[in-house]
Amino acid sequence: MTRGLDARLQGQVGTLTLDVTLTLPPAGVTALTGPSGSGKSTLIRALAGLTRLEGHVRIGDETWQDEGVFKPPHQRAIGVVFQDAALLSHLTVRGNLDFGLRRAPQPHTIQFDDVVDLMGLSRLIDRSTSRLSGGERQRVAMARALLTQPRLLLMDEPLASLDPESKASILPYLQALHQSLALPVLYVAHDREEITAIADRLTVMTEGKIMHVEDFAVGPSLEGRSRAEIEALAQAALDAGLLPRVRS
Amino acid sequence: MLEVIWTTLRLATVTTVLLILVSTPIAWQLARRRRWWKDVLGAVLSLPIVLPPTVLGFYLLLALAPQSPLMTLLHPFGIRSLAFTFAGLVIGSMVYSLPFAITPIRNAFEAMGEGPMEAAATLRASPLDAFFSVAVPQARRGFASAAVLVFAHTVGEFGVVLMIGGAIPGQTEVVSVRIYQLVESLKFDEAHLLAAALLAFAFCVLMVISVLDRPGKAS
Repeated sequence: MTRGLDARLQGQVGTLTLDVTLTLPPAGVTALTGPSGSGKSTLIRALAGLTRLEGHVRIGDETWQDEGVFKPPHQRAIGVVFQDAALLSHLTVRGNLDFGLRRAPQPHTIQFDDVVDLMGLSRLIDRSTSRLSGGERQRVAMARALLTQPRLLLMDEPLASLDPESKASILPYLQALHQSLALPVLYVAHDREEITAIADRLTVMTEGKIMHVEDFAVGPSLEGRSRAEIEALAQAALDAGLLPRVRS
Repeated sequence: MLEVIWTTLRLATVTTVLLILVSTPIAWQLARRRRWWKDVLGAVLSLPIVLPPTVLGFYLLLALAPQSPLMTLLHPFGIRSLAFTFAGLVIGSMVYSLPFAITPIRNAFEAMGEGPMEAAATLRASPLDAFFSVAVPQARRGFASAAVLVFAHTVGEFGVVLMIGGAIPGQTEVVSVRIYQLVESLKFDEAHLLAAALLAFAFCVLMVISVLDRPGKAS
């Protein structure tokens, strides 16, 4: 089986001592939860290379960080969705989507049009980012992250700043995303409902350490399929080249 | 008279372009994480605001004169002295307006925060790429303010150009100095004309700045 993510990170950031060993299978959503200040965002930043900690980060056969190796964020095939979306305000929606896509190595396995469809962005494509609602901003941020052709998708509480209505409106997109992606996703969230809606696995962090890992027997959105079947599907999609598809 | 105006505009344009190029990397460094030496550097770079232009002009004159250590270094390149030349005037104007270029650009970079640069990094942009494709466009209002301020400040400068320029017609004689000379020789009519032109110019500049500074008009 192709390896997913294999990371061990240790270090001191402010008052927090982080010491984490984390492995993720090559596909599926792993929810990361825990009290605030427990190091979830720090872990996300360290995996992305935005914060430098000791240890190693490997994805598949690629090493992003190890003794003597530290690839900066722009050399890692990561997609990051920040809590505040972090859209580039001087660009339109299309400009934001293109930004990462243009810089991603060819050939692109995740296509512009597919992602725009998947995230329901065709109506918004030429809008200025200042004229988007909170939910729309997050959808753009997710699409943008996917178009960088990531091997690992990191989402740091993408729904935290949204009102319940926008949250409800964005969940179907996340589920569609989940069903069509064959790459490991680490998803920071607090809301139990949100987690059960989209995650296959739950990881709980406390005081900089991973305390608890729980496999959900069957993801609610994939009812009727066994864990092994889902992973086989994911593996098939991975072999086929990570092509996202919307299930109609 | 036209020659004087032309020299003034040429000086202001060359100074503005060169100074923006020089100030951008300095402003970027100053806007990044705080270090004690950055406060010192910031203070040194702001000195031209506080110093009387004649003091600045005096030191510049010494530095640009043939015997100065700086000019001695340039002797092998065939440059003996930059005092009383257009190039010397450009250097003087750049030093004099340095804080007016750095401050708005630095503020714009600081207002942007780390967020957009980090987002760009996760979108596979190298730091240099992100600087040009994200930081510069996001700070465009800062650049516009800096350009207007430097241009206007250079047109309005008097003390420094008088000290190091020498008012050579067609080379270093600018409007502000000409007005002074006209008044000294009691040619009030011509002085009126130039003075009124500068007044109108200054008003336009302030209008442009207030439009640029209006918040909320991001694009």
